[in-house]
Amino acid sequence: MRTGKRIAVVSVAAAVVLTLAGCASSGADPSGSTSDSGSSSDAAGGDIYIAMVSKGFQHQFWQTVKLGAEQRAEELGVRITFEGPAQESEIEKQLEMLRTAIEKKPDAIAYAAPDPEACVSLYDEAKAAGIPIVEFDAGCNSDYASSIAKTDSLGAGALAADHMADLIGGEGEVAIVCHSQVNPTGVERRDGFVNQIEAEYPDITIVDIQYGEGDHLVSAAVAKAMIAANPNLKGIYATNEGSAIGVVNAVNELGLQPGDLTVVGFDSGQAQIDAINNGMMAGAITQDPIGIGADAVQAAYDVIQGKTPEKVIDTGYFWYDKTNIDAADIAPLLYK
Amino acid sequence: MTTNLSAEEGKSTHEPTRVGDGRARARAFVRVQIQQSLAFVTLVVLLIFFSIMSPAFFTWSFISGILLSTAVIGILALGTTFVIVTGGIDLSVGTGMTLCAVMTAVSLTVWHVPFFIGVLVGVITGALMGAINGANVALLKLPPFIATLAMMLIAQGLALVISGVRPVYTSSIAGFKNIALGELIGSLPNAVLILFVGAIIAYIVLSKTILGRYTYAIGSNEGATRLSGVNTSKWMILIYTFAGVFTGVAGVVIASRLDSAQPQLGLGYELQAIAAVIIGGTSLLGGRGTIMGTLIGALVMSVLINGLRIISVDTEWQNVVVGLVILIAVVTDSWRQRRAGS
Repeated sequence: MRTGKRIAVVSVAAAVVLTLAGCASSGADPSGSTSDSGSSSDAAGGDIYIAMVSKGFQHQFWQTVKLGAEQRAEELGVRITFEGPAQESEIEKQLEMLRTAIEKKPDAIAYAAPDPEACVSLYDEAKAAGIPIVEFDAGCNSDYASSIAKTDSLGAGALAADHMADLIGGEGEVAIVCHSQVNPTGVERRDGFVNQIEAEYPDITIVDIQYGEGDHLVSAAVAKAMIAANPNLKGIYATNEGSAIGVVNAVNELGLQPGDLTVVGFDSGQAQIDAINNGMMAGAITQDPIGIGADAVQAAYDVIQGKTPEKVIDTGYFWYDKTNIDAADIAPLLYK
Repeated sequence: MTTNLSAEEGKSTHEPTRVGDGRARARAFVRVQIQQSLAFVTLVVLLIFFSIMSPAFFTWSFISGILLSTAVIGILALGTTFVIVTGGIDLSVGTGMTLCAVMTAVSLTVWHVPFFIGVLVGVITGALMGAINGANVALLKLPPFIATLAMMLIAQGLALVISGVRPVYTSSIAGFKNIALGELIGSLPNAVLILFVGAIIAYIVLSKTILGRYTYAIGSNEGATRLSGVNTSKWMILIYTFAGVFTGVAGVVIASRLDSAQPQLGLGYELQAIAAVIIGGTSLLGGRGTIMGTLIGALVMSVLINGLRIISVDTEWQNVVVGLVILIAVVTDSWRQRRAGS
């Protein structure tokens, strides 16, 4: 089996090389990436370098945040790296990325926290090393960060509730397919919706809240179970892109027609945009991922220059549906 | 985790361990039937339980939904059965499936290959990964856990690289969605049909062909099998390659179902596939297991978790329950091992 052995050796060698290449590119994990923007020097006489450690990497949302960050970095003439774990639930791995970022001694770190507590000790390390931290999307339970650029997820959830109520006529049963019970964005988008319904719409009942981890297939199965268990269900609210697409898939696979069930989604992505255009989804809430990335870089830059950025930079959230999906103020926020 | 010679040595003092020895195989067969009927009984009990707890459970709509949600993991589990019966394990089927999905989607939408070629690309990617896994295990003597763990990471990375770190949408490919969601027979989604056809093929191969017999033989006692003149390295590679075909098919099915290749999915699916195989009566030590058992195991997990969803058990408790079921299955298996083996 000499040929086989040779093939095997070559494959393993290739595999090792690929893995090393992947690991070496970001210093931590194959899901990182580096982008070099600008070359002007700062007051300290060198290239300013901001290390960005994100909550996720693969979802288009994060890729769009990266785009916004790169654009602002180019304008300001600073260098950034942007990395994140393969899945938003990989908290351990992401913390290691933060640790590595601190060791690289950047001029500042921009960080998105998958868990508000686990990062606290690393923040202390950064403080000891004299590296300022700004946050984006989700924050850490520490006072050290200079600012956070994020969406007001509670407000976004409430806006979703208002539109859901409007679409179902102010009364009836609704359910929620949420992406996380732990992640602050999951918790806040859910709570914002729930609190608004309870406060303003007494005739609407939330019959069930289940969690699909943002996995399309799991969210689809969860939605189908909730639809089967609640025959009078009028609407489902999904708290992120993966959940929303899962709900749309469920509705399609069950053979429901546009309008049978009111689906309210979150973020964008080609599948959600298509669903809104063909009527399977009533509408969704979009954040401003470009703004989040850009504002994070800007805040880091300001801190490096000795200025004080705003403590909380509200990057905004907007409702979009078939009527305004192409509007000039909405279209740039949506990613495919 | 390749062969448990010590357990088999106890047997060999009582009867010769030639490949295909009648009495040993009959005993193993009965053992598997008991474990399998345990799984089958569990399945029936769950169906009855959830039907009582929820009037919406035992409707064709929900049951076909359960079958559809079993399809992808079930197809993965079919291939994984072969690997586990040899005494190995394949951790790469989850991310491998995603890589196959990406390869199919990219070949169709970027390289514009014909429909059938695109599907073939996905399946061949799976077979190729399987072949590499098999070569690493058989020729380089890497433990299957390590070899397939490395492949899992490589596949995960490659899926991201080839897709450009973004979903690859196949909505422009007419009919692609029908692979999984079309209905050739009645109102049964095609993905379920593919699962059943795959199961029939896997059953025939495992129980009626040489590849199947050698799968059991290598799993029971690789040393003895090799000494009796079988080129175990070659067959190991073929077995892993065959298992890889199922990974490829699963990739095509999931891409079809989502009408896109989602490079961030897949991690974790391998554990569910392995759980399905174990619940179905296949031992992690190798040497015994059946396709029917795997199918039942996959259905047990799917019925359980979807049943918990429809009666609205809190998501966190759903995971606890599924974990307990898997634990009971493994404990029962090792209890039987201890009773029978030493």
